[in-house]
Amino acid sequence: MVVFEKPKALTDVPFHYCPGCTHGIVHRLVAEVIDELGIEGKTIGIAPVGCSVMAYDYFTCDMIEAAHGRAPAVATGVKRADPENHIVFTYQGDGDLASIGMAETVHAAARNENITIIFINNAIYGMTGGQMAPTSLPGQVTQTSPYGRNTDLCGWPIKVCELLSELDGPEYLERVTVNSVAHVRQAKRAIKKAFQNQIDNKGFSLIEVLSSCPTNWGMTPEKALKWIDDAMIPYYPLGVYKDRSAQKKEA
Amino acid sequence: MADKVLMKGNEAIAEAAIIAGCRHYFGYPITPQTEIAAYMAKQMPKIGGTFLQAESEIAAINMVYGVSSAGKRVMTSSSSPGISLKGEGISYLAGADLPALIVNAQRGGPGLGGIQPSQSDYFQATRGGGHGDYHLIVLTPASVQEMAELTIKGFELADKYRMPAMILADGTIGQMMEPVSFDFEVAPQIEKPWATTGTKMERKHNIVNSLYLDPATLEVKNIERYERYKIVEENETMYEEYMADDADIVLAAFGIAARVAKSAVNEARKQGIKAGLIRPITVWPFPKAPFKKAVEHCKAIISVELSMGQMIEDVKLASEMKVPVTLTSRVGGMIPTPNQILEDIKKAAEGGR
Ligand SMILES: Cc1ncc(C[n+]2csc(CCOP(=O)(O)OP(=O)(O)O)c2C)c(N)n1
Ligand code: SF4
Ligand SMILES: [Mg+2]
Repeated sequence: MVVFEKPKALTDVPFHYCPGCTHGIVHRLVAEVIDELGIEGKTIGIAPVGCSVMAYDYFTCDMIEAAHGRAPAVATGVKRADPENHIVFTYQGDGDLASIGMAETVHAAARNENITIIFINNAIYGMTGGQMAPTSLPGQVTQTSPYGRNTDLCGWPIKVCELLSELDGPEYLERVTVNSVAHVRQAKRAIKKAFQNQIDNKGFSLIEVLSSCPTNWGMTPEKALKWIDDAMIPYYPLGVYKDRSAQKKEA
Repeated sequence: MADKVLMKGNEAIAEAAIIAGCRHYFGYPITPQTEIAAYMAKQMPKIGGTFLQAESEIAAINMVYGVSSAGKRVMTSSSSPGISLKGEGISYLAGADLPALIVNAQRGGPGLGGIQPSQSDYFQATRGGGHGDYHLIVLTPASVQEMAELTIKGFELADKYRMPAMILADGTIGQMMEPVSFDFEVAPQIEKPWATTGTKMERKHNIVNSLYLDPATLEVKNIERYERYKIVEENETMYEEYMADDADIVLAAFGIAARVAKSAVNEARKQGIKAGLIRPITVWPFPKAPFKKAVEHCKAIISVELSMGQMIEDVKLASEMKVPVTLTSRVGGMIPTPNQILEDIKKAAEGGR
């Protein structure tokens, strides 16, 4: 019999996420990886401004709440304060990472800062009530694109993994999702690799997770998971966008 | 006393920071403070420290936030436009009760302004600068020696009271060369049990945070912080009095303006006018006591500033306007001459009131 236990790296504080929101699944995966790698005691997590702002209450490791979009800069400081003894991760939404914090993201990647970023792409500003995100799809209806995202007026979605993959800096970039058991397994492998890379001093790893927001997408949890397959994955293909160590081996 | 070395004010800040045990510096280029970054870029690698040129002042102050969260002494420096960008991060440092040292080598504003010295960020520095109820400890050096001494002091006070401290300097003192001694007593750094350094599985997790969604909790946090500020006001206010005891005309000036004001006081005394100077060294907390004392005997107070009149508001509050308080100033990077100040002293002495 398989006993489904709560990972040790999660506190007893109940998640505040909406029913069907995949933020919770990703938290769980991060916590499982922290447990499996035995790094809880040296890990410092950085929460964003967004629906996951309270992540500092959910993880048992030391936690820091950063200003909106600034988590990669805060992580840079924490890591450099004691590179030998700190494992540092940020957990950020798409508004946080790809809009207001784009400069911090790109430059942390360019420096190959030895940190791990978990990037939740839910194509929406969840916390503020469903505004258009830099990742909202063309035609997507949001509170601030009530007639659908018009790319003539507000431009095109930002594909973060593709964008960062053009830089020489980053070590590892992968896009995953968590809308099925198979996808969850792959997401966990990716997250584990992103932490292992840091332990091995390989540098910047970012895992983009296509995530659901049934509340602000105006969908049932089931429909939201299906929308990831039908609308998000075609625009944001899953896969590894950069793996420098593997590239080196091939060469 | 160890030998003195000839140094620029900005370099003295950098060297003093290293002596204070600061091993992390983050900055973004801007005139007139680039010497600090240049010095750190050279020295930090030699002593196992970190110098990092950030992508912006916003990133730099957030890197400071990260190092400070991890319990280490850390600093950043900039000049006026860059300090505006740091405002968000400074508010977060204050809200999360994190110590740090921030240097502002002020230049003329507003906007891009100019690159010549100014004191027009006084409001920004003494009123917090970012959003929310908070203060910084604001230290205003008037010599290269004080640039060094107040840097050490800034780190110590920031750690002691868990709040950011600022060196409010200006382009002139930053770039002026004077002999300076680094023969300091540096107190051992205090423990920071609140720091996020990893639990080592030995304690409950530490959280560095400024978010309190429950208004009652947030109110308590603010009130507690202000109780701490009160202790800072009681114990850490610093100022210098120069011939102020018997003065009829009292000048109020800090930093570079105080040096010019001192010359004017000397000249006035030569001409038989009893002038004196009160030089705030901390402008937050602002020294109220010497002004309370001065209004018992003086006829007028002149606030000498490199701004359109910012510190004058604090001078008026401290003196309770018991005597006329006027402004002598130049702005935009201009500096008043001792003569300009002397003329205003004479006018005040003749009882222009
Ligand atoms: C400087 C600043 N601007 C705006 C906000 C308001 N705000 C809070 S959360 C948020 C968006 C979060 O969206 P995202 O990063 O996509 O995270 P999600 O909630 O979708 O997980 C915004 C704009 C803020 N807190 N600070
Ligand atoms: S608003 Fe969206 S992202 Fe936020 S908790 Fe609810 S479902 Fe999740
Ligand atoms: Mg989002």
